[in-house]
Amino acid sequence: MNEKQTAIQIKQLEFSWKENLPLTLNIEKLDIQNGERVFIKGASGSGKSTLLSLLGGVLLPQKGNVEILGQKINNLNGTARDIFRSNHIGFIFQMFNLLPYLSVIENVTLPLHFSDQRKHRVLKNSNIKKEAMRLLSHLDLTDKNILSRSTHELSVGQQQRVAAARALIGSPEIVIADEPTSSLDTDRRDAFIDLLVNECNENKSTLIFVSHDQTLEHHFDRSISLNSINQASLIEQNKV
Amino acid sequence: MSIFNLAIKSILNRKFTALLTIFSIALSVTLLLGVERLRIESRTSFANTISGTDLVVGARSGSIQLLLYSVFRIGNATNNISWKSYQDIIHNPKVKWSIPISLGDSHQGFRVMGTTKDYFQYFRYARKHHLSFEKGKAFHSTYDAVLGADVAEKLNYKLGQKIILAHGAGKINLMSHDNKPFHVIGILKKTGTPVDRTVHVKLQGIEAIHADWQNGAPIPGFKLSPNRAEQQAQEPKTITAFLLGLHSRISTFKVQRNINKYKQEPLLAILPGVALQELWDMMGIAEKALLAISAFVILVGLTGMVTVILTSLNERRREMAILRSVGARPLHIFSLIMGEAIYLTVSGVVVGLLLLYLLLAIAQPVIETQLGLFIPIDWPTNYELILLSLILLSGAIISIIPAYRAYRYSLADGMTIRI
Repeated sequence: MNEKQTAIQIKQLEFSWKENLPLTLNIEKLDIQNGERVFIKGASGSGKSTLLSLLGGVLLPQKGNVEILGQKINNLNGTARDIFRSNHIGFIFQMFNLLPYLSVIENVTLPLHFSDQRKHRVLKNSNIKKEAMRLLSHLDLTDKNILSRSTHELSVGQQQRVAAARALIGSPEIVIADEPTSSLDTDRRDAFIDLLVNECNENKSTLIFVSHDQTLEHHFDRSISLNSINQASLIEQNKV
Repeated sequence: MSIFNLAIKSILNRKFTALLTIFSIALSVTLLLGVERLRIESRTSFANTISGTDLVVGARSGSIQLLLYSVFRIGNATNNISWKSYQDIIHNPKVKWSIPISLGDSHQGFRVMGTTKDYFQYFRYARKHHLSFEKGKAFHSTYDAVLGADVAEKLNYKLGQKIILAHGAGKINLMSHDNKPFHVIGILKKTGTPVDRTVHVKLQGIEAIHADWQNGAPIPGFKLSPNRAEQQAQEPKTITAFLLGLHSRISTFKVQRNINKYKQEPLLAILPGVALQELWDMMGIAEKALLAISAFVILVGLTGMVTVILTSLNERRREMAILRSVGARPLHIFSLIMGEAIYLTVSGVVVGLLLLYLLLAIAQPVIETQLGLFIPIDWPTNYELILLSLILLSGAIISIIPAYRAYRYSLADGMTIRI
């Protein structure tokens, strides 16, 4: 795979939802190294979801480049970006991350159906079900009852750990977590982040953790405030 | 697990609405196929009202009118044909058999038909079935009568029953031939044709009851006893129509032409199959209307499905965002919704077929006894398979609407979860 040092590199990025609207994001430069665990701090409405969509290649910047693992994804077409995302990035969202009609194991292995690369990586050392079980057990979901249960019978904390296992399966180079702990209480929050960080270390995945909650900063190598790198928000703030 | 497995699981997750949708499609499929089977069967049965007869001959009028009174016992002949012409024509060596028909009397609203024994030997219906007797036998003497199945059933007549014929058709205020009763000597098996509603007597019987009549009314002060009348009943002077069977079907047109050009009397010979087809085509509008209604019911069923999927889409935007985040392309989302719709349509069609066979199994005997239609429980015909494929195709086409909408949603939403 790509051995470049930089996992994510953003240059002169400008993005607005519509042509005539003011910019939502205007980022001069953002570099994230391979294997780094980065905390991106931003209040709701600061454009963090937009940033994540740009990183995932679901949105395209009007100007500038988004380079992921050495690939300028804004130069790829839609399908290629979708494939690139499924191969290299695992996502965890705020809550209700799981498909209600799939079992826990099926939810965890879902990305493998869309990414042959991740599937091959799993099959190199193990089989799909074993790998899902391994990840779940690393995330403290060992109870056999849980695995056979329907996903909506799980607690929110358990659901988020299943989502984490799903993001990690097939060892994507980058894991992006968008407020994954906002619905957890403090104890569970720290436990979840510890598990996630450990698993990313083991996988050698770059972790990008986005939250408005500054108290979580200490779990990470580096903390970036979205407001400080986003010039668009500065302009907005000045206006107000 | 492919995207289509995902579709199945997603449907199973919403069992109740899925079942309702499948059921509504199934009902519409059952209706369409049921109506079509009835329609085709009644058409076949109609075309089979008369079979094996090469020509129907009567006084010159319209071909449909001739068919109506000679075969369906509807309406009246404008004119009779003379016995002499009849004899003349049937002595043509090309003619194998003939059945004379003499109409004009009735019993309790059922038409009375005077004919000869040849009727029981040569008359055929529905793919060359011969008439057969439920009870009794063919008429032999002048005052014998053979009843059609419906006549016997409606009037609850048994063998040996005495019946009085009335002059003319209708039920009330008819002058009756009350001094010359007939005996029921035979009852025919049900045929599903107008034969069931006919009282058959010998031509001599018709002559005998009119022996003391003149110009359609009894001669005042002149009454013959049944025995005297029987003795007086000679060859009839006229008959209403007759059916012809030829030795070779190739000569049909030639014989027809000869009859139509017959000098002594204006006659009309028709090919019953052609006239039946003409008559059926006149009723074709109703047939097409039925088909159109069934087609619309299918459309309603499919529209219901699309509505159900469309209304579910909004609450499923989260699901689509999750799928997108794990790498699903918008095209996958399109296929997911499309797949669900196709599964629902296919299930609807299969359940509809099962329902049809279930209904047929229950209703077949009822339809046979009540309508005289025998609906066979066969595998779907090619025509029905085409109909079913058309339904599936329409289902697939119409589900492009929700699938495309989901596609647009997933493009617009990306991985952003909107509630």
